[in-house]
Amino acid sequence: MNTKPIIEIRSISKSYRIGEAKDYYSTLRDSMGTLFSKKARQDSSVFWALKDVSFSVQAGEIVGVIGRNGAGKSTLLKILNRITEPTSGEAVIRGKISSLLEVGTGFHPELTGRENIYFAGAILGMKRKEIASKFDEIVQFAEMQQFLDTPVKRYSSGMQVRLAFSVAVHMEPDILLIDEVLAVGDLAFQRKCLSKIHETARRDGRTILFVSHNLDVVQSLCDRCVFLEYGQVQSVGPTEDVIRAYMARMNSAASESRIDFPSDETKMFELSSVMLRDSEGAPETVIEAGKPFSIEVEYIVRGTEPSAFWLVAQCMNENGTMVFGSIDTDNNPTLTKNRMPGSYRAIFTFPNSGDLGLNVGDYTLTIRIHQDPTREAIFSFRIEDDIDKYIHRAGVVFTSAQWRVSRLGE
Amino acid sequence: MVLVIRPKRTFSWADLKELWQNQELLYFFTWRDLKIRYKQTLVGIAWAVFQPLTTMAIFTILFGMFAKIPSDNIPYPIFVFAGLLFWQLFSASLAQTSNSLVANQNLLTKVYFPRLLLPVSSIFSNLVDFAIASVILAVLMIWYGFIPQLWGLLILPLLIIITSIFAVGLGLSLAALNVKYRDVKYALPFFIQMLMFVTPVIYSPSIFGTYSWILAINPMTGVIKAARAALFGLQPINWGLLGLSALAACIILAIGIIYFKRTERYFADLI
Repeated sequence: MNTKPIIEIRSISKSYRIGEAKDYYSTLRDSMGTLFSKKARQDSSVFWALKDVSFSVQAGEIVGVIGRNGAGKSTLLKILNRITEPTSGEAVIRGKISSLLEVGTGFHPELTGRENIYFAGAILGMKRKEIASKFDEIVQFAEMQQFLDTPVKRYSSGMQVRLAFSVAVHMEPDILLIDEVLAVGDLAFQRKCLSKIHETARRDGRTILFVSHNLDVVQSLCDRCVFLEYGQVQSVGPTEDVIRAYMARMNSAASESRIDFPSDETKMFELSSVMLRDSEGAPETVIEAGKPFSIEVEYIVRGTEPSAFWLVAQCMNENGTMVFGSIDTDNNPTLTKNRMPGSYRAIFTFPNSGDLGLNVGDYTLTIRIHQDPTREAIFSFRIEDDIDKYIHRAGVVFTSAQWRVSRLGE
Repeated sequence: MVLVIRPKRTFSWADLKELWQNQELLYFFTWRDLKIRYKQTLVGIAWAVFQPLTTMAIFTILFGMFAKIPSDNIPYPIFVFAGLLFWQLFSASLAQTSNSLVANQNLLTKVYFPRLLLPVSSIFSNLVDFAIASVILAVLMIWYGFIPQLWGLLILPLLIIITSIFAVGLGLSLAALNVKYRDVKYALPFFIQMLMFVTPVIYSPSIFGTYSWILAINPMTGVIKAARAALFGLQPINWGLLGLSALAACIILAIGIIYFKRTERYFADLI
């Protein structure tokens, strides 16, 4: 074995010309217009998705890539995966590379489960023989023997996810790139996948580059982490240190008690403002231990028909552990698929009490509309107990639960 | 295995080698095309029989019976069918190749494979329809008392190759262009229809008299002319014309590959 790193990234940068990016495509007439006027060309500004990113990964390492939305994580993976090319810089990869795809990529709705396993396997770089030899294992892992000859379009989305993962998890590349995918699917199956990935990675000395928002998973899976912000590497190192640096960054970025977004009428779902209030209803970022607090969210739903819509609140502590998650449809299940157009106000109250409450420390609260990942309100708040009203032990929560002690004999 | 990722790739022979190494994926793309094509249709593969037969019948009535277009002493139905056979292979392949990237954008933006595979695989599924139509032609020829010539059949693979090279060559440029400018999608059916009128499908190039060489610029002219000469055996094959067609097709393919490779790195960003 050589000791050269298996992935070596040397000052990779990637720029997009704004307006060229994503769902926009030009017509010939548009670009003929710009062909003759230099001015129009210069007007288009350049956006650097990645800037001078360098780091390397040793064989057998599991490395996490973390950072906020738009930090460049996915672009980095796309470059390593050869889906898009860097604008400058280079990456050297010493081994067979493959990626765990977004759910259902390569799946065709008209094909049956069996046919899709073969096609998805082939496009992921498996040979026909390899797929055939692993076929039974894949089917068994996905737990769907009886639906093999049903077209995938009749599968529930959960079933599609399971099948897609099973195929991907059974590949045997030297390097596996994973992007967020584990955020979907049911929890039990997610865990099954994670442990399978973990197990095979350790056993075969596989290298994994793992992009995720879920810091808990990153923490349990990764040896090292890379923290990206605005397309640049902020820190690289042992997972715990990097996550701490990341959380500190998140906390310093926002200590307002109210976040207002500029109005944007092109948005189908628009998050307008979010406010954090203490038990008295005053806007506050310092919350007294053992007192409830609430989040007030204002948003607008556009369109002419009821939409599928839900609001997500997530809270993490300073180590990046998820403390709680809540969705506004949790106690209004009928609202999930038919949110009427209009403007709304929603108030979420966290029943922080003296019997069971968040421990003192710094927290990050994220609010977003699930259907619009481009906006999220991030708050940092602190739980304080100035007068030591409660006893605080180590842990995410403190409790004033009673110990009843009785002496049973001598 | 060491892979270096860096900007600015243009065409190199390594690309063709990579294409060759991915034969299996090429097979899977073709297999998927075929599987999907006739799923959830009532009569399935019968469309491959019905379509050319109906086209032939209509053309025979309009151009053979009413317009009385001269067909070099060959019964008009088989004359036009021989032309349609290659024309359909060309036009269907061209249309599919040109749309292959846009139609598979979810793959392009999420997984790596040699991009050339998509347009190239579009050819193979159309060969199946071609094979079915060929059988129909053979039956029709026997019906009209023409026994297909053995040496004429031998030249068919060559004609298929030239047709495919032309269709893929043109399709590669159009597919790459289609990624950036969706105008291609709207212009293409119109373009294909125009192209059919300057190709001797429903008529014989001899009706142009001394100007018939102009048609030779279009590689399909040489192909269809050679196909009729070989199958019906009433005229000698014009090897010079066929050679010219082959050359033109190869030049178009070379331009297609170079343009495709030059624009390839933007596909995922633009599509």
